[in-house]
Amino acid sequence: MIRTALLVAGKDLRIERRSRVLLWQVLPFGVMALVLSGLALGPAHAGNSSAGPGLFYLVMLLVTLLMINRSQVIEGSSGTRTSVATLGLDPAGVFLGKALALAVELWITGVVVLAGAVLLLHTALVGSAEALPSVLVILAALAAAGTLYGALSGGGQGPATLLPVLSFPAFAPLLIAGERSYSDALHGGSLWQWWLISLVALVAYLGIGILLYGVLEES
Amino acid sequence: MSSPTLVVELSDAVVLVDGFPLLSGVTLELETGTLNVVTGANGAGKTSLLRLLGGLVALSSGSGVVSGVDLRTGDRRDLRRRVGWLGHEGSFYDDLSAKENLTFAAKALGRPTDEIARVLDRVGLSSRTDTPAKRLSAGQRRRLGLAWLLLRRPETWLLDEPYATLDDEGRTFFDELIGDVIRSGASVIVSAHDPLRSNALSPRTITLAGGLVVSDRS
Repeated sequence: MIRTALLVAGKDLRIERRSRVLLWQVLPFGVMALVLSGLALGPAHAGNSSAGPGLFYLVMLLVTLLMINRSQVIEGSSGTRTSVATLGLDPAGVFLGKALALAVELWITGVVVLAGAVLLLHTALVGSAEALPSVLVILAALAAAGTLYGALSGGGQGPATLLPVLSFPAFAPLLIAGERSYSDALHGGSLWQWWLISLVALVAYLGIGILLYGVLEES
Repeated sequence: MSSPTLVVELSDAVVLVDGFPLLSGVTLELETGTLNVVTGANGAGKTSLLRLLGGLVALSSGSGVVSGVDLRTGDRRDLRRRVGWLGHEGSFYDDLSAKENLTFAAKALGRPTDEIARVLDRVGLSSRTDTPAKRLSAGQRRRLGLAWLLLRRPETWLLDEPYATLDDEGRTFFDELIGDVIRSGASVIVSAHDPLRSNALSPRTITLAGGLVVSDRS
C-alpha cells in the first residue's frame, strides 16, 4: 500500500510540475482571491488581523476545490483510466498517494497565501507562524476528505459543480476548526484542542478513504 | 486427443448499465493463443464485450469465466491484472514522457525498468523516449500503448479499434506484432468495424449486432 501510495504521489506531483498549473494558475488565483476578499471588506477592516484567519481559509477552500478537480482530471481520458485499472493497483494506496500529492500542493499554496495574508492584510507575523503547524494539519485533512469526495463526485468525469455541494458538510467543521485555531494563535489562546480536532479529522478521513476508495472507484 | 484450453467461456452473458443492455446474451468460447476479431456496427457491443472480458464491467446475468476467473464470483481486480487493454483513446498520461509512462507501469507491476528501452525500440519509439505523450502523433501514441502492453506481457490482449488512425506502415507493424504475441502463447481479442484486411493471421471473426453474436466464422 505504501509503495503504491508513493508511486501515485510521485506521478501526480511530476505531472503538476510538468504542467505548471499550480505555479501559473492556482497560486495567482489564491493571491488574487485574497486581494479581492480584502477589497470586499474595505480598507477599514481588511487590515484588521481578526479578519485574516477567515479570509485565509475562505481562499484555501476555493483553492482546494480547484485542486481536487485537477487531481481527478489528471487521471486522463477513460482510456487512460482503463489502462491504469488493468495494472491492478491497490485502491487504498491510490487513495493515499493522491491525498499525499494533493496535500503537498495545498501546503505550497497555503504557505504562499499565508504570506499574502501577512503582507496584504497585515495579519500578525508571529501569530501566523505559530498557526502554521495547525494550518498544515487542516490542509492535509482537507486533502484526504477532498480526494474521497473527488472520487464520489465522479472522479473528474462527473459534473464539477457537484463537488462543492457534496463536500461542504465534510469541509465546514475543518474550516471552522482552522479559523478558530488561527485566531487563537493570533490572540495568544490555547491551540491544543484545535490540534486534537484536526488530527482526529485527518485520521478519520484517511481511514474512511482507505476503506472506501476502492468501492467508489468501482462505482 | 485433449481439447484446446479456453481463455473465454461465456454463456448467455448480459451486461446492463443503468438498465440499458449493452450485451443481450452472448454465448462464446475462445481458445488460448488465438487471434479473435470482434466486428460490428457502432453500438453493436464490441467495446462492451471487451470490457466484460477485462473485468471492467460487471456481468448482470448469465455466466462466464475468463483466464480462469469466474465473472460472477471471482475477483475482477485479479482478472484485470491478467489482461492488457489498448483503447482507441490515449491509454497513458499525456503530461508524462514515453519513458515516464512506462516507468510508472513497470513500477506498478513490480517489473524491472531496464526492459523499457527494449520495448520502446521494439515499437520504433527509441528516438521519442523523452517526448511527452501529448506531443506524439496518433500513430506514435498507438505504438506507445503497444509498448505499455509489451512491458506488461498480459495473458490476454484486448485491443479496442487498434487500427483506427494507423497508416499502412502502422497496420503492417501492428499485424506483425500481433503475430509475435500469438506465437508467444497469449490470446488476442481485437474489436474492429470491419474484418481484418490481412488474412495472414487467420483470425476467427465474430460479428455482433444489438449486443448479440450474429455470425462466427474461422
